[in-house]
Amino acid sequence: MAKVTIDGQTIEVADGTTILQAARMIGPEVAPPTMCYYSKLKTSGGYCRTCLVEVSKGSEKDPRPMPKLVASCRTTIMDGMEVKNVTSEKVIDARKGVVEFLLLNHPLDCPICDQAGECQLQDLGYEHGSAKTRTDFERRTFDKINIGNKIQLHMTRCILCYRCVKVAEQITDGRVHGVMNRGDASEISTYIEQAIENDFSGNVIDVCPVGALTDKTFRFKSRVWFTKPVDAHRDCDKCCGKVVIWYKGEDVLRVTGRKDQWGEVEEFICNTCRFDKKSTSDWTIEAPTAISHQSVISANHYEKMVRPKELTLNNIKPIALTEGDNK
Amino acid sequence: MSKKILLEHINVPGINTLAVYREKGGYASVEKALKTMAPDAIVEEVKKSGLRGRGGAGFPTGMKWSFLAKPEGVARYLVCNADESEPGTFKDRYLMEKIPHLLIEGMITSSFALGANSSYIYVRGEYFYIIKILEKAIADAYEAGWLGKNILGTGYDLDLYVQAGAGAYICGEETALLESLEGKRGNPRIKPPFPAIAGLYGCPTVVNNVETIAAVVPIVNNGGDWYAGIGIGKSTGTKLISASGHINKPGVYEIEMGITVEDFIYSEEYCGGIKNGKKLKAVVAGGSSVPILPAEMILTTASGEKRLMSYESLADGGFATGTMLGSGGFIVMDETTSIVQNLHTFARFYHHESCGQCSPCREGTGWMEKILHKILDGHGTIQDVDLLWEIQRKIEGNTICPLGDAAAWPVASAIRHFRHEFEEYVKNPAVIKEVKHYHNMHNLATA
Repeated sequence: MAKVTIDGQTIEVADGTTILQAARMIGPEVAPPTMCYYSKLKTSGGYCRTCLVEVSKGSEKDPRPMPKLVASCRTTIMDGMEVKNVTSEKVIDARKGVVEFLLLNHPLDCPICDQAGECQLQDLGYEHGSAKTRTDFERRTFDKINIGNKIQLHMTRCILCYRCVKVAEQITDGRVHGVMNRGDASEISTYIEQAIENDFSGNVIDVCPVGALTDKTFRFKSRVWFTKPVDAHRDCDKCCGKVVIWYKGEDVLRVTGRKDQWGEVEEFICNTCRFDKKSTSDWTIEAPTAISHQSVISANHYEKMVRPKELTLNNIKPIALTEGDNK
Repeated sequence: MSKKILLEHINVPGINTLAVYREKGGYASVEKALKTMAPDAIVEEVKKSGLRGRGGAGFPTGMKWSFLAKPEGVARYLVCNADESEPGTFKDRYLMEKIPHLLIEGMITSSFALGANSSYIYVRGEYFYIIKILEKAIADAYEAGWLGKNILGTGYDLDLYVQAGAGAYICGEETALLESLEGKRGNPRIKPPFPAIAGLYGCPTVVNNVETIAAVVPIVNNGGDWYAGIGIGKSTGTKLISASGHINKPGVYEIEMGITVEDFIYSEEYCGGIKNGKKLKAVVAGGSSVPILPAEMILTTASGEKRLMSYESLADGGFATGTMLGSGGFIVMDETTSIVQNLHTFARFYHHESCGQCSPCREGTGWMEKILHKILDGHGTIQDVDLLWEIQRKIEGNTICPLGDAAAWPVASAIRHFRHEFEEYVKNPAVIKEVKHYHNMHNLATA
C-alpha cells in the first residue's frame, strides 16, 4: 500500500495504482480529465496529454519533484508522493495548451455533430480551453468513409486518441484498421478502405470521445437530449447483454454499452445487441438510466446553473396598460 | 592539438577490411575482454572512463549499463542506434563507412559485458551503402570466428544483425527504434518501463549510439582511467563532430573534449574559419534540435570565459545563454544567414517527422511551421511571433518523447536571440524579401 496526496487530499492505495486511478478514487474534483485513457483497454493513455499533472514530491524516499509534468494515467504512485492537478498553475497552463492543440484541427461544429451532448472534448474545451482560437489556418478535412455497413468514420473530427485502435487490437478478431501516416497527417484508416466486420466492431463507436466514429443506424436521427436512456438486458451468447437503449417516443433509436461516471463502458457489447435489436420486445427493461444532473441529457437540471440577473423577470418593470399607471 | 582515438587509423588504406584492421591491432579488446575480464569488470571500466552517450543525451554509459536488469533465463540485448537522422549530424556515417570493424568490435565487447547473445545494429534506411559495408564486415568477422558460436573458444556466443530503418527520424528515439526493430510502427513507447527493464521483445536491453559503442574499444584496451584522463571535467575522452555550414573545411573531426569553440571554428586544424572571410553570426552546436546561439554567446560563456567544446561549457547558463553538445552536429552560420529562413527549414523537418502519437507534438509542430511560412511569405504579424513563442512553450516538456523538445528549442532560442529579425520580417516583408536575405542568399548560391 502507498499513500498519495492529490490536490491536498490523501488516499492510501494498492501498489501499482496510477495517479489517475488514485485521483478517481478520491473523486471527480481532483481527477484529471482524459481523452485517450480508457480503463477497460490495456495500454491506453499517455497520448492526448490532457491528464498531465505536476508531481511536487516524488516519494518519501526521494522527495525531489519530477522535472516535467507527467501523464497521470501512465505514472504509478510511490509512497508519499504529492501531486498537484488543478492546484498547479503549470498544469492548468499546459492543459489549456493541450486543449488548444486538440481543437486545432477539430471542427467546432458541435451544433451539427452527432456526438453533441456526449462529447468529452466539448466538456474539456468548456472547462479548460479558451473561447477564442488563435489559429487562422484551414483545418484539415476528409471525406467520410463507411467502414462496414453500420459504422461511419469521419476523420475530420478525429483527435487520434487511439482508443478505437486499442479496441481493434484487444477485443476484436482480425484487426483491419489502425493509424496511417505521420504527424498531423496521421489518420485512422482501414487497410485500403476495408470494412470492419466482426462481432465487436461497434465498440469503436462507444470508445470514441468525439464524433469521429458514428453509428449509422442512429446517426442524425435525433439529438441525444431528446432521447430517454433506459437500462435493459437480454440473454446474449456473445456478450454480457447489458445495455442502455435510447428511446424517442416508442422507438428504440440506438443501443449502447452502459457507461460509468467517467464515460467509459462497463462492459463491451456485441454487434447483434447494438445494431440488430431495436425493438422493446427484444429486451428486458430494468429502469431508467441514472443520469448525472450535470449531463446535457438531464436538460433543465443543471446543478450549478445560475440565471443571469439582468434576465430576472422581477426586475423588469411592467408596461403601463392604462393611462395614468405609468407614474 | 587534435587527439585521435576512434579515427586514429582512418586514413590507413584498406582499414575497412578485416586483414588491415587486424594488422592495426583490431579486435584486441575482444581478446582481452573475453579471455581476461569478467563482464562486470568491463562495466566498471566503462564507468571509470566517464564515457557519456554520444547520441545526443550525454547520459553516462556505464551507469546506463549498470541499470540493465538481469533476470534468470531471460535474454538480454544490445542494440546499436545507427539511425543517424538529425539535420547537421553525419559523424556515425563516416565511422561506419570508413572503419566498420571498429563498431563490430565494440559490439562484441559490449555485448559480452552486458551478457547479450544477440545484438542488432539499427541503421538509418538512407544509409543503404553503409548497410552493405556493415554486412560485408560482419560476414568477414563471422568467418574469422569473431562472431558466432564459442568465440575464441571462450564459450561465449554472439550473433550480430544489421537492420535497416525505413527512413523515419523518430526511429532514432530509443523506444521507437525498438518498436521498429520488432516490426511495428516506429512510435515511441511511454516510459517507464525503460528499455533496461523491458526493451526489445520485452527483455532487458541497452541502446547505445555508434560512437559510444566504438569508444568502448579503446576503453577496454587502455583502461577507464586512461580515457577519463582525456578531456575536461565530466566530459571525458574525445568526440566526433560533424561540422557544416559557412566554414572553409566542413567535415567530421575528432576533438579532445575541452578545446575552445573559437579554436574549433577558426583553427586550420578543424573548420578553418568562416567562408569568404565573412563574420560569424550564429552556431547550432549539437544538431538541429539544440538551441541556436549568436556569435558572442557561442564563443563566450555566461560567466565570461571562453566557451569549450564540452557538455558543461556549452550548457553554461542554461537555455538563456547556453546550448548543448548534443550529437555533435556543428552548424555554422555567417552574417548573411537568415535565421527565420533557417528556422523554417528546421520546423518543416520536425513537422514532417513528428510521429503523431501525442497532441502537442502532432499539432504544434505543424502549427509552428505554418506560422513561419506565413512570416516568410510576408503575411506575418508581431502577434505571430508571440504566438510562436507560446506554442513552443506549450510543446516543450509535455510530449511523450524528446521530439517535441527538439522541435521547440530551436524556435525558443531563435526568438530569444534573434527576435529583431522576426520583427524585421513582419514589419517590412517586401524589403527583406527583395533586398537583404534573398539577395544575399543568391550571392551565396552563385559564389
